[in-house]
Amino acid sequence: MRYIPNTDDQRSEMLRTIGAGSVDDLFSDLPASAVLEGKLDLPEPMSEMGLMKHLNELAGRNVDACSQACFLGAGVYDHFLPLVVDHLISRQEFTTSYTPYQPEISQGTLQAIFEYQSMVCSLTGMEVANASMYDGATSIAEAAFMACASTKRNVVLVARSVHPHGRAVLETYASLKGVTVKEIGYSDGTLDMGDLKGNLSDEVAAVIVQSPNFFGSLEDLKALADEAHGVKALFIAVSDLLALSVLEAPGRLGADVVVGDGQSVGNAMNFGGPHFGFFATTQKLMRKMPGRIVGETLDRNGKKCYVLTLQAREQHIRREKASSNICSNHSLNALASAVHLSLMGLSGMKEAANQSLLKAAYGKERLIETGSFRSAFDGPFFREFVVFSDEAPRSINERLLSEGMIGGYDLSNDYPELENAWLVAVTEKRTKDEIDRFVSVARGE
Amino acid sequence: MLSQEKLIFEKSRKGRVGVSLPRCDVPGAPSTLLPESFRRSEDPSLPEVSEVDVVRHFTNLSQLNFGVDEGFYPLGSCTMKYNPKLNENAARLSGFSNIHPLQAEKTVQGALKLMYDLSTMLCEITGMAGMTLQPAAGAHGELTGVFLIKAYHRRNGDEGTRTKIIVPDSAHGTNPATASVAGYDVVEVASNDRGNVDIEALKAVVGEDTAGMMLTNPNTLGLFEKDILEIAEIVHGAGGLLYYDGANANAILGKIRPGDMGFDVLHLNLHKTFSTPHGGGGPGSGPVGVSRRLLPFLPTPVVVEKGDGYSLDFDLPDSIGKVRSFYGNFGVLVRAYAYIMSMGAEGLLSASENAVLNANYIMKRLEGEFDIPFSDVPCKHEFVISGEKQHAENGVSTLDMAKRLIDHGVHPPTIYFPLIVHEAMMVEPTETEGKETLDRFVDAMIEIAKEAKEKPEIFHDAPYTTVVSRLDETRAARKPVLRWTEDKG
Repeated sequence: MRYIPNTDDQRSEMLRTIGAGSVDDLFSDLPASAVLEGKLDLPEPMSEMGLMKHLNELAGRNVDACSQACFLGAGVYDHFLPLVVDHLISRQEFTTSYTPYQPEISQGTLQAIFEYQSMVCSLTGMEVANASMYDGATSIAEAAFMACASTKRNVVLVARSVHPHGRAVLETYASLKGVTVKEIGYSDGTLDMGDLKGNLSDEVAAVIVQSPNFFGSLEDLKALADEAHGVKALFIAVSDLLALSVLEAPGRLGADVVVGDGQSVGNAMNFGGPHFGFFATTQKLMRKMPGRIVGETLDRNGKKCYVLTLQAREQHIRREKASSNICSNHSLNALASAVHLSLMGLSGMKEAANQSLLKAAYGKERLIETGSFRSAFDGPFFREFVVFSDEAPRSINERLLSEGMIGGYDLSNDYPELENAWLVAVTEKRTKDEIDRFVSVARGE
Repeated sequence: MLSQEKLIFEKSRKGRVGVSLPRCDVPGAPSTLLPESFRRSEDPSLPEVSEVDVVRHFTNLSQLNFGVDEGFYPLGSCTMKYNPKLNENAARLSGFSNIHPLQAEKTVQGALKLMYDLSTMLCEITGMAGMTLQPAAGAHGELTGVFLIKAYHRRNGDEGTRTKIIVPDSAHGTNPATASVAGYDVVEVASNDRGNVDIEALKAVVGEDTAGMMLTNPNTLGLFEKDILEIAEIVHGAGGLLYYDGANANAILGKIRPGDMGFDVLHLNLHKTFSTPHGGGGPGSGPVGVSRRLLPFLPTPVVVEKGDGYSLDFDLPDSIGKVRSFYGNFGVLVRAYAYIMSMGAEGLLSASENAVLNANYIMKRLEGEFDIPFSDVPCKHEFVISGEKQHAENGVSTLDMAKRLIDHGVHPPTIYFPLIVHEAMMVEPTETEGKETLDRFVDAMIEIAKEAKEKPEIFHDAPYTTVVSRLDETRAARKPVLRWTEDKG
């Protein structure tokens, strides 16, 4: 057993020290009637060679975005991931450590998280950020409940143009916590202002809007924040860290909380996880924010250093009064994001964002030029757009797959009213040649 | 050479770059696509550094951290076992890391098969009827599990009356927090003088208002709840469900299964029991297993086997819904799958046996030097020392001793938990440590006990070997500085 060092001789010696006759004696307190008879029914243990062969075979049954040009987004994006990111986050001191409970020997994790928090604050335009959440969808739910707790209200309004998973998770949590969620419709790809106004009341704890939204369209956050604040509700903006290198910071537009999924910055697609969620808010709401937070302080010699802080909000102190049960977060994924943002820097992030913007616009224009597609929505968009076609997206995607491309997302899965609506994502990784080929295969050439 | 690092922002030089992206090969200008009102009015403060700056910065930061690969990490209840390198290579195979969760099912059959087989193996290991791999961490698994309990009572029309979750006083802090976040009232049950749930006290609190009980077994004192079958009977007799907190499952693999002990729902911490790295605080992964009666409520989707392959089933009318995006922390699932396939049934059993042997060995050797409550019975994979003697006699607290251990090259055990033991220090060696390491730890602890008697004053400033020492946590909380800002320089 290659991961277990004790030898038989050592085991015997240890049992003698303990004064036990056998290892079984150490389990004599297990109730005999429930103890497992015989062995677990599992495959025979595999050698390193055999197992890697098996895993390679399993991985080989999947079509991956390295061999195929990916035009699929819908919340997970095939963005450039510099090789350095994985090299650095693979360092065992980062991967094989735990939550930094002992700050003296965890300054690496603590400082990196402090840097991550600073970058998230700067990109979102907020005053404080936590050390990451599970993913974008759970961040939305946590933000909504923070708003309910802080306003002592029980109704949450969420735009239907927010990622369906974000709405679904919010619904799951809310239904079991007695919070009412109302969805606000969309018109021309962005939130329907009339519907919002009709639903605002002094019972509303929060208005949740995503921009770029699930359709890739940009929402008028300022106007929406003003509406939410008009009834003293919190305004929760769902955003994307990569997009925020060129889009106005939601904090400047009136957001009280900015959350989202951080996958687009520093994290591989990983079949949907692990990624991480980011969560940023105002000084005023700082002590109501869920999750771990790192703060700067001094040590006994007056040296500047970093430590987990504001822990009074947390489960291991107040237990049943905790504001959230989150303890472990997605620290390594947040670290990947901090490394990514450092490496790309200001110019790299803006370049990746601008190229995504330009290439998506080019792709959309070319698709429409073919005459086989028409634009679904008119306003400005980022990285992703919706087109209607006479042909079912499923069938277009089949054709693309046979030509070595991963096609877009069939929106009718989540929006039955959007029949034959195809959500296409084009990141900075796609070349003009790939986009041109995508367009010609999509139109059926 | 350990030294502190400046913040990455302080290393920034205007105009320095760390990546080179290909030139944009499509026509157009961003300004024409993005109306002024949507554009940033001010650049974000991101560092401008070169690739070598970034590599050195984060490499140097990493060296200020302590990980399992460099030494003993007996952090009780966190199961800091060795993380096999094979698992890392496995998760990074392009066919696993570069796949999109919304690709056509036929293009991700390998991933779906891995998830299906992992669920099946976890069901076999735990004795449960079904498993969801979605929860992103142990605490997330707990929340999912408690939601399942709630959904069950809701369907029985009992949601309004079954308002309480029973939690022992030795429970992990997440248990009461989870129950409370899910909208339940928490009822604490005291432990008896043997460190087990007090059966009489339990009988006194269960009733028609009991939704369920959350329990870890072995518990956080490292003791097996030997009355577990009776506990299950009492909770079930009152119409409640029994929740298994799998944080301590490393002690029982192949020996006894929660399903066979009467548990209705459980979570596993893949990052503990199944050797996936903790990542400085995550990602974890907290699959949730259920008994037959809770199957209909599992989150959507579940992976099912069809004649010609594997598929995601979203059509579950009684499901609690989704608890996160997509299907779970797949990259973590790959690592756990690789671990189970490396170990097999015998390997997992051996892991638990060695984890328990190691813990008992350390406990026995430290008996003369420290107060160890409940040392008259075998512990499981962990045990709790009380530093009360050192504190009372020499003024040396458990925190002091923990900090001193750092000078001996050991990551300190969990301290001040469980809450029911004064000056608690919870030691969990795991199975991936050999006797030599355990002996070194015992020697260090004996040396510390001696130092506490002879020169207690040295503890005040320990550790001495680290880059910073004894951080002012009060200052951090009273005057929070949570981000770097430019004007501060």
